[in-house]
Amino acid sequence: MSREGILIDTPYERMTEKQVTQIHQASMEILGDPGLMCFNRQAAEIFGDNGAEVSSVTTSDHSCWLVKVPEKLVVDALDNAPKTVKLGARNPDNTLVMNGEVPRVYFISGSETNIWLDVDFPTYVKKSDPSAEIQVPEFHPRRGTVADLCQSAHVCEHLETLDGYIRTVNIQDKDITEDNKDVNKFFASLNNTTKHVMSGLTNLKQLDNVVNMAKLIVGGEEELKDNPIISFITCLVKSPLQFVEDTTDTFIEICRRGLPVVVSSSPQAGSTAPIKEAGIMAQINAEVLAGITLGQLVNKGTPVIYGSVPVRARMDTLGDSYGSVETSQYNVDCVQMARFYKIPNYSTSGVCDAKIPGQQASIERLFSDILVTLSGPQYLHCAYGLLDCNSIFCLLQAVLDDAHFKMIKFFLRPPRINETEITEVFRQIREVVATPQKLYIRHIRPVLRSGEISMSYPFEGDGETDSVFVLAHERMKELLAKPVEHIDRATTSKIFNEIPGLLPRLNVYEEGR
Amino acid sequence: MSEDIVAALKDNVIQGRRTKDDEGIEEDMTGTPGVLELIQEALDRGIPTEVIITQGLTAGMQVVGEKFSTKEYFIPDMLASAEAVGAAMDVLKPYLEASNVETKGKFAIVTVKGDIHDIGKNIVSILLKGAGYEVEDLGTDVPTEKIVEFVMEDHPDYLGLSALLTTTMVVMGEVIEALKENGLMDKVKVLIGGAAVSDEYAKEIGADAYCVDGFDAVKVLDAFQGTKA
Repeated sequence: MSREGILIDTPYERMTEKQVTQIHQASMEILGDPGLMCFNRQAAEIFGDNGAEVSSVTTSDHSCWLVKVPEKLVVDALDNAPKTVKLGARNPDNTLVMNGEVPRVYFISGSETNIWLDVDFPTYVKKSDPSAEIQVPEFHPRRGTVADLCQSAHVCEHLETLDGYIRTVNIQDKDITEDNKDVNKFFASLNNTTKHVMSGLTNLKQLDNVVNMAKLIVGGEEELKDNPIISFITCLVKSPLQFVEDTTDTFIEICRRGLPVVVSSSPQAGSTAPIKEAGIMAQINAEVLAGITLGQLVNKGTPVIYGSVPVRARMDTLGDSYGSVETSQYNVDCVQMARFYKIPNYSTSGVCDAKIPGQQASIERLFSDILVTLSGPQYLHCAYGLLDCNSIFCLLQAVLDDAHFKMIKFFLRPPRINETEITEVFRQIREVVATPQKLYIRHIRPVLRSGEISMSYPFEGDGETDSVFVLAHERMKELLAKPVEHIDRATTSKIFNEIPGLLPRLNVYEEGR
Repeated sequence: MSEDIVAALKDNVIQGRRTKDDEGIEEDMTGTPGVLELIQEALDRGIPTEVIITQGLTAGMQVVGEKFSTKEYFIPDMLASAEAVGAAMDVLKPYLEASNVETKGKFAIVTVKGDIHDIGKNIVSILLKGAGYEVEDLGTDVPTEKIVEFVMEDHPDYLGLSALLTTTMVVMGEVIEALKENGLMDKVKVLIGGAAVSDEYAKEIGADAYCVDGFDAVKVLDAFQGTKA
């Protein structure tokens, strides 16, 4: 069994076929000239061994090579890359099956923010009328911890629309180091959700510990291949057109192990990519194709995902502007390019410029969530709970996002018009017009609780009172109170015995907890 | 056995099932006796009408009201239950008259001249009937003279005036003036409702009350019952 996601019958596309071909050809030309600067020796050697033109570029402090990737290498890689990628889960019913040609959308959380936003609701009294009180949300930012990551995975497990989990917050506890961060973030996530878990890797040395942990959970190496409960995101190409040293090493090692991996590129139109649509599209496509090509050269058939996180620059700060309209255009275009190559796509929506939940956050998020969903990416990093671009995660916002994704999913249901329905329509109309009151209300009831009618916004207040945040907060607490299925005691014990660096406080079976 | 029938009656009110053909909220109820079949059975067994009403119909509606207030039930549920109770009251009417039991009163409702909108009016009718009032629906676009004539001849305790439009709400004032001219305003309580009107407007034209919706109408009428007592 796999999760249903939402199938987009007719995906929204912005580019014509001719424009898609033009972007493809432009990317191919860019890969040949100027090519990519490669700061990773292994990658330069792999490209060189496979017919790419590689030349050494001397810099004062870095070894660097210029790699010109011939079109044939890219075309072969696209042929070799699997068209269907399966992302497993602790609960097999949460498996995600992504086919590059089928626009079935899965909604995913993410990304790793440094700041966790708490909320509380102090009561304010009206000066002119002390009997009038209102509760106003106050937001308190702080550094994220491993306990926060557990909480977010716990709530995400219970969010109905959320199909997979990308870790939401960077764990910055005092006892977290570069050497134990990866095992703790993967364990905290895996232990609190039975959905698929994806993350970046901080330290390549931790890759095998993370993979071994996953093997212990599923029962072995073959079992992990069959049910890859973890996958990775790698930003191996830094815009513009540079293979970075460390992440490229990580990417190569993940590919060698045959685990699913997102080849992600995140150019910023205006600073690290051209400001115009044609420019950023040609460049991001070239960057992602370069990564996919390297992955297939390392291990033919390794499951790769076309990862696109394009963004436009803010004109006032040159920071990211995920809330800009163009950012959604770029993402929709990337979905179309990935579908052209028949490779499953990781695209981005819902990331907003707003720093706290509120009207701006809602408008920016919903705008991009609807549009990018309609384009049919298979793995939509729609960023439940994310605020201030990639800086802040707020659990309350994640609960709010789940509510609007329910609306989007409901809207995208296929129309139910068939002979049975039409026959029923005749029966109802003839019956109702013959009654004095001429109301169809009686016929609502059979469908009222069948899921065929969308429900009111779940956080609607009484009368004119805006209780959205208060009610969403109550919902968040309810979800936190609901139990999650942790990794069983025996497996947990094995993991803690065999995987170094895990924080004892993450062992839910430990005495005193 | 009598208790079983009354309990089943209450349960079917809660389920909003008028007849055996209706679905309930719970599954597999279609085909089992609904309110109308159970009322007949209760009468056949000689169960007093007072017991049928208080322990069956009213007790059921009370649960429905509670479920509505906790958002477990929606308007269609309320209306289905009210409709079932209304149909039951039609069956009970001759028995109540024979035993001289007073109803909660007669309520006439009408959409005023020039206005053909009737959804709100119809919902109010169903809910009030379900709450135990005798409801007379005079229809839509009804001339003022006809309304006055009805009040004069049929002596309703309450008159509900409905209008959706700002252009037709003024007719409500004309109806009240006509009732005054005929010396009827102290004989009938006039309630107004509809999207265009308000509490202020009710006061302005001299109506006895403004009802924001059908549920409010039940509350307002029940409050008048209290003053009667």
